[in-house]
Amino acid sequence: MSLLKKFAMGVSASAMIASGAAAEISDGKVKIGVLTDLSSTYSDLAGNGAVVAAEMAIEDFGGSVAGAPIELVSADHQNKADIAANKARQWGDSEQVDAFAELVTTSVALAVFEIAKQQNKIALVSGAASSPLTGSACIPSGIHWTYNTRALAVGTGAAVVKEGGDTWYFLTADYAFGESLEKDVTAVVEAEGGQVLGSIKHPFPASDFSSFVLQAQASGAKVVGLANAGADTVNAIKAANEFGLVAAGQSIAALLTFITDIHALGLETAQGIMLTTGFYWDLNDETRAWSARFNERTGRMPTMVQAGVYSSITHYLKAIEAAGTDDTDAVVAKMREMPVEDFFAHGGVVRTDGRMVHEMYLARVKSPADSTGPWDYYDIVRTIPGEEAYGPLSESDCPTK
Amino acid sequence: MLTDLLGIPPQVLFGQLLLGLINGAFYAVLSLGLAVIFGLLNIVNFAHGALYMLGAFAAWFLAKYLGIGYWGALIFAPIIVGAFGIVIERFLLRRLSGVDHLYGLLLTFGLALVIEGTFVKLFGASGIPYPTPKQLTGGINLGFMFLPWYRAWVVVASLVVCVATWVLFERTKIGAYLRAGTENPKLLQAFGVNVPVLTTLAYGYGVALAAFAGVLAAPITQVNPLMGSNLIIVVFAVVVIGGMGSIVGAVVTGLAMGVIEGLTKVFWPEASATVIFVVMAIVLVLRPAGLFGKTA
Repeated sequence: MSLLKKFAMGVSASAMIASGAAAEISDGKVKIGVLTDLSSTYSDLAGNGAVVAAEMAIEDFGGSVAGAPIELVSADHQNKADIAANKARQWGDSEQVDAFAELVTTSVALAVFEIAKQQNKIALVSGAASSPLTGSACIPSGIHWTYNTRALAVGTGAAVVKEGGDTWYFLTADYAFGESLEKDVTAVVEAEGGQVLGSIKHPFPASDFSSFVLQAQASGAKVVGLANAGADTVNAIKAANEFGLVAAGQSIAALLTFITDIHALGLETAQGIMLTTGFYWDLNDETRAWSARFNERTGRMPTMVQAGVYSSITHYLKAIEAAGTDDTDAVVAKMREMPVEDFFAHGGVVRTDGRMVHEMYLARVKSPADSTGPWDYYDIVRTIPGEEAYGPLSESDCPTK
Repeated sequence: MLTDLLGIPPQVLFGQLLLGLINGAFYAVLSLGLAVIFGLLNIVNFAHGALYMLGAFAAWFLAKYLGIGYWGALIFAPIIVGAFGIVIERFLLRRLSGVDHLYGLLLTFGLALVIEGTFVKLFGASGIPYPTPKQLTGGINLGFMFLPWYRAWVVVASLVVCVATWVLFERTKIGAYLRAGTENPKLLQAFGVNVPVLTTLAYGYGVALAAFAGVLAAPITQVNPLMGSNLIIVVFAVVVIGGMGSIVGAVVTGLAMGVIEGLTKVFWPEASATVIFVVMAIVLVLRPAGLFGKTA
C-alpha cells in the first residue's frame, strides 16, 4: 500500500470516528450567542449577569451535550436593533452559532427574530418584555421565557385596581415595549372596571421626569402607571416622590420593576411598590442556593432576566441531549415536549406560540424596618398561575401556533 | 386665552415653564463650562459629560468614605474633579495645542468613553441613591404646582455661579488676561504673563463647573455612570446655538432651551428629546456663528 493511500485511509477513519461521537451535532459543537446590553441602561438587569448565568448553565451541564462541546460567545447590542441584527447575522452566517439568548429590549428581540427566522436558528428571549413576541410577531423557533407585558398587567394592574386604584394615567416609554405594556395594562384595568384617563409617551431614555410627573398630577388619576423600565423607572419614581405625587394621595404602579431598580432606589423610596416578577432569589431553598452561587460570581443577586437566561439555556441543552441533535426543528419540538423543571420553574410549558408558561409572583417592596439584610426586598403577596398570567393559547394571535 | 385654545390649563403651563427654567439652569452651568474651555483653549471638550458624572460620584465618595455631606461636597467635589481636569490638561491636552480641533475632540471623546466605561464596570448602570440634604427636603405649594425646595435651590445656585463666572471673566484682571490670551497668546506672553498656566487654570475651572453641576444633579437623578452621556449632546447643541465660546450666550441659551424643552413636553412629549436639535439646525442656517457668537 502506498504511503499516500495509507494516509488517506487514516484520515477517513478518523473522520468517521469524529462524526460518530457527535452524530447529529452541526459543526461538531453547540454554540450559544448571548446578545445583551453590556454597557447602557439595561446592563444591570441583564448585561454581564446574563453572560455569567449562561456560563453557569453550561458549566452545570458539564460543558458538553450529546458528545459535543458547548461554546459561549457574547456581544453588546447597546439596545440598538441594527447592531443586534448585524451581530446575529454574522454569528449565524459565519460563526456557527446555533442559538441566540437573552435579547433584552423589545426592538432588539424583534430584529433578532427576523434573523433567526431567515437562518432557522433558535432565539431564547429572556429580557425583552412585549407580549407580541409570542403573538403577532412570533416565529416558530422563538421562545419567550421569563415574563411578558401581559403577565405584568395581570399581576400588578389587576392587583392595583382591586385595591381601589380605578383611574389610571400612564407614563410610557416611547417605543414598542412601552406601547405593548400600556396596551396590555389598559385591557386589564378596563376589564376590572377601571378607567384610563390619559397617557404621555416620553423619549427613551429620559433623564428628567419632573415635567411628565406634573402632567400626571394634573390628570387627577388615582394611579400613575409607569410603562417603562430600568433607569427610566427609577428616575420617574424619584421625581414622583420629590414632587409630592404620592404625598398628595396618588399612587404609583411601576409596571416593570427589577430587583436592581429597587436596589438603586433604596427601600426608603421604594417601599410599598407593588410589582410582578417571574423570579425572586428568596422563594425557596433551590432559588436561594442558585442565587448564592450567582452572587459569589457577580456580587449581586440575580434579576428574573438573569435567572431566566440560565433556565432557558439549560432547557435548550436538555432538549438537544434528548433529541440527540441540534437541528432547530427537532430541538424546538423537544423543548415543547419536555416540561421545564429547574429552580426557576416547575412544570413550565413551552407552547407552540413560543411562550414558556410558568408561575409569576406579585410582590410588595418591604419597608426598611422589615428588611432583614441586603437584597431582602420583597414580600410575595400572591403566586399567579401560569395560565392566568399568560392567557390561554387560544387567545394568542401567533399565526404559526 | 391662548392656553385655553391649545387645550392646556394655565396652571400646567406655568408649572412647565418653571420646570423648564430649572432644567435650563443645568444646561446653563454645563454649557458655561464648555464655553469657557472652548473660548480659551479652543478645545471641544467631549469629556464634559463624564466630568459632570465624576462630580456626582465625588459627592458620593465624600459622603461614603469621609462623611462629608452635600454642602461640603458642593465645595470639595468641584475642587477634586477640577484638579483632575488640570492633570488632563497638563499631560494630555497640552500636547495637542497647535494641531487641528479634531484631535482635541477625539481625545476628550475617548477619555469620556474610558471614564464612563470604567464606572459602569465598577458601579453598574442603575445608579446609586444620593439623599437630598435635610434642609432642602419638602417643598412649597405654589397653587399651580408643588415646587420642591431642592429644585428652587438648584436655580439659585446655578444663577449665582453663572453670574460669578461672568464677573470673573468680564470684570477682573485675570479675566482680562484670559480674554487677551484667546485673542493673541504670543503678545500676552511677551508682556510677561504666563499663558500656559492661565489656560490650565481655565480648563480646571471649566471642569469644576461641570463637577458642580454634577453635585447639584446627584439628589435628583441618582449618581449614575451614564448621567453625563445622556446630557452632553444636548449641552453641545446649547453651546452651538448660543455661539461657541460666548459666556453670556451659553447661560441665556441654556435657560431658554430648558424652557423650550419644557413646553415641548406639554404639547408634543415624544419630540422633547429632539426639539433642541431642531432649534440648533434653524439657528445654524440663519446665523452660523450662533445667536451670541461673533462671525469671524
